[in-house]
Amino acid sequence: MKLIISSISGQPIYQQIEQQIRDAVLSGELVAGQALPSLRSLAKELRISVLTVTRAYNELAQEGLLENIQGKGTFVMSQGSERMHEQLLEQVRTNLDRAVNAAMQADVGMDALHDMLDQAAGANPTATG
Amino acid sequence: MNDNSGGGIQYALRVNDVGKHYPSDKGGSQGRTFSLDGVTFDLPMGYIMGLIGPNGAGKSTLIRLLLNMVKRDQGSIKILGMDNLLQEEAVKTQLGVVFDTSYFINLWTVDRCGKAMAPLYPNWSQTVFLDYLQRFGLDPAKKVKELSRGMQMKLMLAVALSHDARLLVLDEPTSGLDVLARDELMNLLADYIADGRHSVLFSTHITTDLERSADFITYINDGSLYYTGPRDEFEDAFVLLHGAPGDVSQAQRSLALGLREFSTGFDALVAVEHVGAFLAAGQDGPTTALADPDRYSQERPGFDDILRLTARRSKAPQGNTGVVTAAADYDTEVEA
Repeated sequence: MKLIISSISGQPIYQQIEQQIRDAVLSGELVAGQALPSLRSLAKELRISVLTVTRAYNELAQEGLLENIQGKGTFVMSQGSERMHEQLLEQVRTNLDRAVNAAMQADVGMDALHDMLDQAAGANPTATG
Repeated sequence: MNDNSGGGIQYALRVNDVGKHYPSDKGGSQGRTFSLDGVTFDLPMGYIMGLIGPNGAGKSTLIRLLLNMVKRDQGSIKILGMDNLLQEEAVKTQLGVVFDTSYFINLWTVDRCGKAMAPLYPNWSQTVFLDYLQRFGLDPAKKVKELSRGMQMKLMLAVALSHDARLLVLDEPTSGLDVLARDELMNLLADYIADGRHSVLFSTHITTDLERSADFITYINDGSLYYTGPRDEFEDAFVLLHGAPGDVSQAQRSLALGLREFSTGFDALVAVEHVGAFLAAGQDGPTTALADPDRYSQERPGFDDILRLTARRSKAPQGNTGVVTAAADYDTEVEA
């Protein structure tokens, strides 16, 4: 698994780890049941504090993405990928609701809103179809 | 996280209400007194703790108290589960120490330093010592006085690591080292604690040393404990706010933990839980400040921001008492 830490991004290191593990689970790079590096070995590899890795793993465990098994290590939850996918879909719906509300307040018609969505997708190099 | 990999010892270090009072400063020029007041903190086994604070805050005094180089006036210190006075000898065989300047005799060779230290430690391994000399590029035949500052630090480190010390105490080990040597040291410390059986306490005023590797921070400010706990929580506990010059009310001043005003604006360090109150306490009432999100900008402060805005200098500034001049380069530090 690829994990890169930036010390100048301004984003706390534990958040950088969380985000990259989330991405790896979602992309299928990390699969259900797979073991993550131990706290101490990952901290040593990345030259970061053990507590920072502990915090990232614990928060991902609370999200239901990872599971800490006492004495064995940290594993990807079997439903982790589905759960993340659902969370993201939920985010999309919430943000679309907001966009529709804002559009109505600003008197933007639905056709114009569709165009804006297409433009936004077109401006994002990673968006397809 | 209930690993017993520390070999049964839960805390590498427990400092409880430790204090030391000096009647006057070493120099004695101003008859200034210094005291370290009731400092309490714990370092769990298997972690790195950074000891920070401005020069003269009491970091070195604290380290000397741990090592019983000065006598404490109050409190208790447990090192590796043992009382540091009652079981001083047993404690010291398991303790490795690195100071900012070499404690070896200048005319000794590197090899002789090892031979002098070996009898003091029952767990001394000459093989490990020679391995470290090689790894650090230390020539056994060289004299201490011929070594650079970085090399002298490495020699002390080689000694500390050659008798299976469970706790390393380093006093400003990185001062005067270049970025490569600092990086090398931090890597070594990360390896050292990786098995969960070893711990490190090191004092520094180079905060970049801490940003990645330190698990815990203990911040000593003007002789008292300002913070002790996980490093992440320390960084998360504050918000740095910026605003226009003079746009800070009396109420906001008292909410700020530290304030620096300059001719083109101000920096205010505010506890996370007080940011809302700070924004609501603008000079012209809460509504205008809250309605205009651009009026104050907010960011997550770095270590240096937190230190420069909270540090108290115990000495009064000499001569110039910090009057703001027209140039923005000249800052005054304003205590909240």
